[in-house]
Amino acid sequence: MSYFVGIDVGASTTKAIIINEKREILGFSVNDSGVDFQAAAEQAFEDSKVKATVPVSNESFIISTGYGRRNVPFANTTKTEISCHARGSFHDFPHAHTLIDIGGQDSKIIKVHTSGKRISFKMNRKCAAGTGAFLEEIANRLKIPIGELNDLAEKAEEEVQLGSYCTVFTATEILTKIREGVEVENLVRGIFGAVIKRAMEMDPLEGNIVMSGGVVAYNPFFVEMFGEKLGKKIFVPPLPQFTGAFGAALYAWEEKGGQNA
Amino acid sequence: MSEKKKSKIKKIQSTGHLRKIMADYFYELNDASKKGSPKIAWCTSVGPAELLLSLGFLVHYPENHGAVLGSSRTANDYIPVANAIGYSPDICSYLTSDVGAFIKKETPLSRGYEGIEGVPKPDVLVYNTNQCRDVQEWFNWYSRELKVPCIGISSYRNIGEIKDYHLEAIVGQIKDLIPTLEKISGNKFDIDKFKSILALSRDCTRLWKKVLETNTAAPAPISFFDETIHMGPAVVLRGSETAVEYYTVLLKELEEKAAQKDGAVEGEKFRLYWEGMPIWGKLRNLAEFFIDLKTAVVASTYCNSWIFDAFDPDDPFTSMARAYTEIFIVRDEKFKENYIEGMVKQYKLDGILFHDAKTCPANSNNRYGMPERLEKKLNIPALTINGDLNDLRCYSEEQAQTNIEAFIEQLETK
Repeated sequence: MSYFVGIDVGASTTKAIIINEKREILGFSVNDSGVDFQAAAEQAFEDSKVKATVPVSNESFIISTGYGRRNVPFANTTKTEISCHARGSFHDFPHAHTLIDIGGQDSKIIKVHTSGKRISFKMNRKCAAGTGAFLEEIANRLKIPIGELNDLAEKAEEEVQLGSYCTVFTATEILTKIREGVEVENLVRGIFGAVIKRAMEMDPLEGNIVMSGGVVAYNPFFVEMFGEKLGKKIFVPPLPQFTGAFGAALYAWEEKGGQNA
Repeated sequence: MSEKKKSKIKKIQSTGHLRKIMADYFYELNDASKKGSPKIAWCTSVGPAELLLSLGFLVHYPENHGAVLGSSRTANDYIPVANAIGYSPDICSYLTSDVGAFIKKETPLSRGYEGIEGVPKPDVLVYNTNQCRDVQEWFNWYSRELKVPCIGISSYRNIGEIKDYHLEAIVGQIKDLIPTLEKISGNKFDIDKFKSILALSRDCTRLWKKVLETNTAAPAPISFFDETIHMGPAVVLRGSETAVEYYTVLLKELEEKAAQKDGAVEGEKFRLYWEGMPIWGKLRNLAEFFIDLKTAVVASTYCNSWIFDAFDPDDPFTSMARAYTEIFIVRDEKFKENYIEGMVKQYKLDGILFHDAKTCPANSNNRYGMPERLEKKLNIPALTINGDLNDLRCYSEEQAQTNIEAFIEQLETK
C-alpha cells in the first residue's frame, strides 16, 4: 500500500495530511509552526500518522509546501503553496473558480481554470492587514481569545467601519472606538469586514468563489459575511485549513503515477 | 572549513576589462576633484552628458553612485540619515541613500577603489527631469549644501507621439545651459567637439543595443542581472572611445556564446521580461534563484533605456532632445504597452515580471493596470513583485521567491 503526504508549513501553523491510492484522506493534523519548522513538520506528520484510520508505513511520498517548505528535509520534493492550494481546491470543487485563501501571514487569490490549471494568482502586499495575523493582533489588543471572535461577530448588531489598511493604525482606531463606547461585538464584526475589504481589493472576485485557510476554518460567520458582501454563495472545502497540505498530497499522488502508484 | 561556495553564475570574460575601465573612470574623477581641474559636472543619468563632455567637464552620475550603494548593500545604512533630515522614506531611495552617505562622509567607492575617500566635488549640477522630479530635488539638496549652481532641463512626462514643439522646447532649454556651463568650465562651446562626442555616444549606444539583442538567441548568453552591471559604461562613459571599445569586446564574446549555445542559464526552459528597476542589493540572489528555476530573464526596460537611437551628429541639438525625450520613462501608457509587446515578440518571452519599486513610481509600471492589460492582449502571464531599487526594508525575499516560484510552476503547466 502506498501513501501520499502533504505537509504545509505555514508561518503560523503546520498542517499534514495523508491520502491513499484512491486519494482518500486517512489522517490529518495541525500544530503551531513555532520557530523550528522542521520539528513542526515532523510533529504534524507523526500526529497525522497516529490519527490515521489505518497504520501508515514510512514508505510514503512526501511533498512539502508553504512558507517553511524548504525546512522539511524528509520531504521528497517541494511545491509552492500557490500551486498546492489550487490543486487541493480543484479536487473538492472541480469547476472554474476563484480561490480566496486567508492564511496566517498572507492571503492569496488564485484563479483556477475549468481544466484545473491555474490562470493567475495574487498575494497580499507586504502588510499584515487582510490576514490571520491582523485578527490575532486585534484580538490581542481587545484581550479576546481568538476562538471567541466568530461568536462575537455573529452577535453584533452592526459592523463598525474601520478606515485604515494598516494594522497599527487600525489598532489605534479601535482604541478610539472603545473610548467612544462602541460595543466590542460591533468592533469584531468591523475587523472581519476590514479583512474582507482587503481581499476584495486584491482582484475582481468573479465566478464561483471558494474559500480556504485557518481564518475560514474557525470563523464560519466570516465566510457568511464575505458571501453577503459579494452577493453570492461561497463554497468551503471540508477541511479548509488543509487545502494546501491536501493539494501537496495530491501532487505527491500524481508524481508517483496516480492510481498506478 | 571555510570553503567558498561556488557561484552558479557563469563568468563573462569581459568583466575584467569592465572593472579596469570603471576603476579608471572613478580614479580620473577623484584626481580631478583633488586638483580642482578639469571641472566636474554632476549629471542625471539621462541628462545632457554629451554637452558637458564637449565643454571639457568630467561627469559624475549620482544615480550610478546610487546603484553602487544598492549593489554594495550599504544603502540601508544611509537611507535613515536622509529620512531624519526630512527626506521621506517614500521618495527615491537613490536620493536618500546618496544624500545619507554624503552626510556621513562615506562612500562604498572607498571599499572598491583604494585611495578614494569620497564622491568627486561638483562644480555644477545638471539635471534632466526626464527620469523623475526626484532627481531635481536631489541636485537641489547638493546645490544648497555645497553652494554649487544647479541648472537643468524640465522634460515632458507621459507623452505619446513626440511633436516638433516638444523638441523645440527641449532644444531651447539645452541651449540655455551653454552660457552658464561656458562660464564654469572656462571653455567656449565648440559645435564640432559636441558633434564628435555625440557620434561616440551614438556608436556606444548602437553597440549596447547589439549586446542586448544577442539575447534574442535561445539560450540567451547573458542574464538581465549581469546586463545591469555591464551597462555601467553605457551610463557613465558614453561619449568616449573607451565605452565603444568595451562594447566591441563584450559584443564579440556574447555573439560567440550565442553561436555556441552557451546560455547564461543552463537548460533554459523559460524566458522572461523584467519591467522596472533592478533590486540592486539582491542581484546575485535573484540571478542564482532564476538559474535554479531554469529561467532566463533575457530582456528589460531598464537596460534598454540606455539605447538612444536618435543621436545624429549632423543635427546634434534636436537629435539629442529627441533621444532624451523618446525614452520609455517619458512616454504614455499606450506607448509603453506597445513597446513591451514588441519586446515580448522580439525575444520570444513566456512571461513578464513587474517590479513594483516602493520608492520609484516612475519606474513602476504595474500601478495603472498594465500587467492585467498585457496578460489579456498577449496571452502570457504577468507577475508583480514588491520591492525597491535600494531600500531593502521594502523587500521580502521569501514572499518574492514564493511568487516567482509559483509563477514558474504556472508556466510549467501551461
